[in-house]
Amino acid sequence: MASQDKGEEHWQRTSRLMIIMLSLWAFFSFIVHFFVGGLNGVTLLGFPLGFYMAAQGSLVAFVIMLFVFAKAQDKIDRDCGVAEEDE
Amino acid sequence: MATEAQSGGSDFTSNLGKIYGIYTGGFVAFVALVGMLEYMGVPNKILGYMFVGFTILVYAFIGIVSRTGQVSEYYVAGRKVPAFYNGMATGADWMSAASFIGMAGTLFLLGYDGLAFVLGWTGGYVLVAVLIAPYLRKFGAYTVPDFLAARYEGNTARMIGVIVLIACSFTYVVAQIFGTGLIAQRFLGLDFVVAVYAGLGGILLCSMLGGMRAVTWTQVAQYIVLIVAYLIPVVILSAKKYGLPIPQLTYGQALAEITRLENSFVANGLATQAFVTAKAHITPFTSYSPANFFALIFCLMLGTASLPHVLMRYFTTPSVREARISVAWSLLFIFLLYFTAPAYAAFSKLEVYSTLIGKNLSDLPQWVYTYGNLGLVNICGKAATTLDAVKAACAAAGNTAGLLRLQDFGINTDVVVISTPEIAGMPYVIAGLVAAGGLAAALSTADGLLLAIANALSHDVYYKMIDPQAPTNRRLVVARVLLVIVAVLAAWTASQRPADILAMVAWAFSLAAGGLFPALVLGVWWKRTNSAGAIAGMLVGFGVTLTYLLASRYFPGYGVQYLGMSSLMNPVTGVPVVDLAKAMAAPNAMEAWTALSHPMASKVGWFNINNISAAVFGVPAGLVTMIAVSLMTPEPSKSMRDFIDEVRKPKGKTMMEEKAA
Repeated sequence: MASQDKGEEHWQRTSRLMIIMLSLWAFFSFIVHFFVGGLNGVTLLGFPLGFYMAAQGSLVAFVIMLFVFAKAQDKIDRDCGVAEEDE
Repeated sequence: MATEAQSGGSDFTSNLGKIYGIYTGGFVAFVALVGMLEYMGVPNKILGYMFVGFTILVYAFIGIVSRTGQVSEYYVAGRKVPAFYNGMATGADWMSAASFIGMAGTLFLLGYDGLAFVLGWTGGYVLVAVLIAPYLRKFGAYTVPDFLAARYEGNTARMIGVIVLIACSFTYVVAQIFGTGLIAQRFLGLDFVVAVYAGLGGILLCSMLGGMRAVTWTQVAQYIVLIVAYLIPVVILSAKKYGLPIPQLTYGQALAEITRLENSFVANGLATQAFVTAKAHITPFTSYSPANFFALIFCLMLGTASLPHVLMRYFTTPSVREARISVAWSLLFIFLLYFTAPAYAAFSKLEVYSTLIGKNLSDLPQWVYTYGNLGLVNICGKAATTLDAVKAACAAAGNTAGLLRLQDFGINTDVVVISTPEIAGMPYVIAGLVAAGGLAAALSTADGLLLAIANALSHDVYYKMIDPQAPTNRRLVVARVLLVIVAVLAAWTASQRPADILAMVAWAFSLAAGGLFPALVLGVWWKRTNSAGAIAGMLVGFGVTLTYLLASRYFPGYGVQYLGMSSLMNPVTGVPVVDLAKAMAAPNAMEAWTALSHPMASKVGWFNINNISAAVFGVPAGLVTMIAVSLMTPEPSKSMRDFIDEVRKPKGKTMMEEKAA
């Protein structure tokens, strides 16, 4: 039965990570671009910030998020004893 | 025989870094050699043949060396592809002719609003990694319909999956072959139809003998060619203009210059204020209303997470852990191109604005006529074929000063990338390199798509539904024959030059999202989803999306009459783009399957949403149906709930093992 409990804990933590990732995803996909008008008033390296966020900022965030996610999910798997054996 | 066969694969995988390192060095040396030949005066046409011929030979060589007779090698490359290389292969699989050739052009024309594509085609990978790919990898499917059949107990779900897969992949592959034909036509001077079938030969050489294994290693090689080809011209432009070869950092200054030029054109009478207001590069929401901008991002992202030819790539990694890391690598490799595309657009636009606008019509550079003769550059609304034609068109358009005004100049989105080296006066070797890159992008995506379609037909339809007893050899023969049939069919369709081809690619994302996204996500994340709910949800999601697309594009009269569609609005002025009362009274109002010239085609819809974002209706409809029907029917059996628990845990064997043949 112990492994069953671990399985439940695993899925709870996995779900929590999922919600965090999807919130960040929603922020960088949609919410930040709602404010493009205001952000364009700020200039960064010559870029209007609103334009910059859609052209590069959000993309960089997505890439970083995915590497962090792979690491975090692997930690959850290992903590709960459901990770695959290392080769 | 099928599960553990190695066939010298491990030796190959441990030397990957060396092999592709040498390959990259060889490619760079080849480019340098062609550059030298150009300097020595070898004609451009021969240089073009060298680029296309050499790269296709390399791909074909990889395809032949990686041939295989094993089922798991054929369908999932033996599940031995390391995360990093699978990331590169996914990058090439993903970035099509549209991304390579069309994206920067779209950004050139639409400015900020074009960034919806950049965002939509990258952010979707977050959904792939978090919600779907690792779980499908754990299940151990060969195809996406395989998973649907196991999770939703039966071949009904499998068949719907196959139909959605073919609906979204087929038009997509036609567009790739079309792109291949365009490039071969421009750089080799072949007839378009001949060029299409030549491209088909290149695609088949890579994919037929070795299935997924050959396609994987070819795609890695193609990624290297396409990314080098994309970066070099814009790096040169950046270094020339701002002394720093990192275009992604310097194009902020280019944007500022574009805005300054736009304003000076207005001041000098070279552009009207209204035109600049509607087309200013950095101003948001001039081509799409905010609702359409965000709806498009939503559809492209969910579509990314549902497209079978992409998901299929994550079936090839050695473990669930590697599948997740592999999604991250994929996005990094895709990001390299997508965060360069806006820079490409900005530099190219700046080059056009500063060298062309305000020029005397008699002094237009040669490239205007080169592309004008192909019908790809317009001056004053007419193709720029000769100086006299340009002068006549501009006189008719009321341009009396004889200077080229901003609103006089029009360029096809597909030429921006291909023509930029020429516009900026770079040597031909760079243009040839760009052509090789575009070809790599189109071929690699076509390979992945063809394989997805042929595998669904051979594995899901033939093996799982028609003849489950079929021996291994026969399954592979069937798979190869189907691959060739689908490929020829796609090439034939492309050779007919269908008018809507690029719009259809965007539709593929909505169709995939509407048909598959809810079923894939709920299948893993909500145990209560049952077979009846999933089937109903897929049918409704796909049906609503397809209906919206077809009605607004091909049956606008019926859409208005029976589906309550109304006119779309101009995003800047808020005025309806078509006077519905008048258009509905016209005699051709109820005509169907008409050309884009139909007064209402793609100009009507619900809530002012363009039809490329059709999944904005399809996904919620499918999701709600799936939940409602699932709750009204009995919950899934205990064994199914255990199955889902298994899928959720990385540990343990893949669940669908190939039986030894």
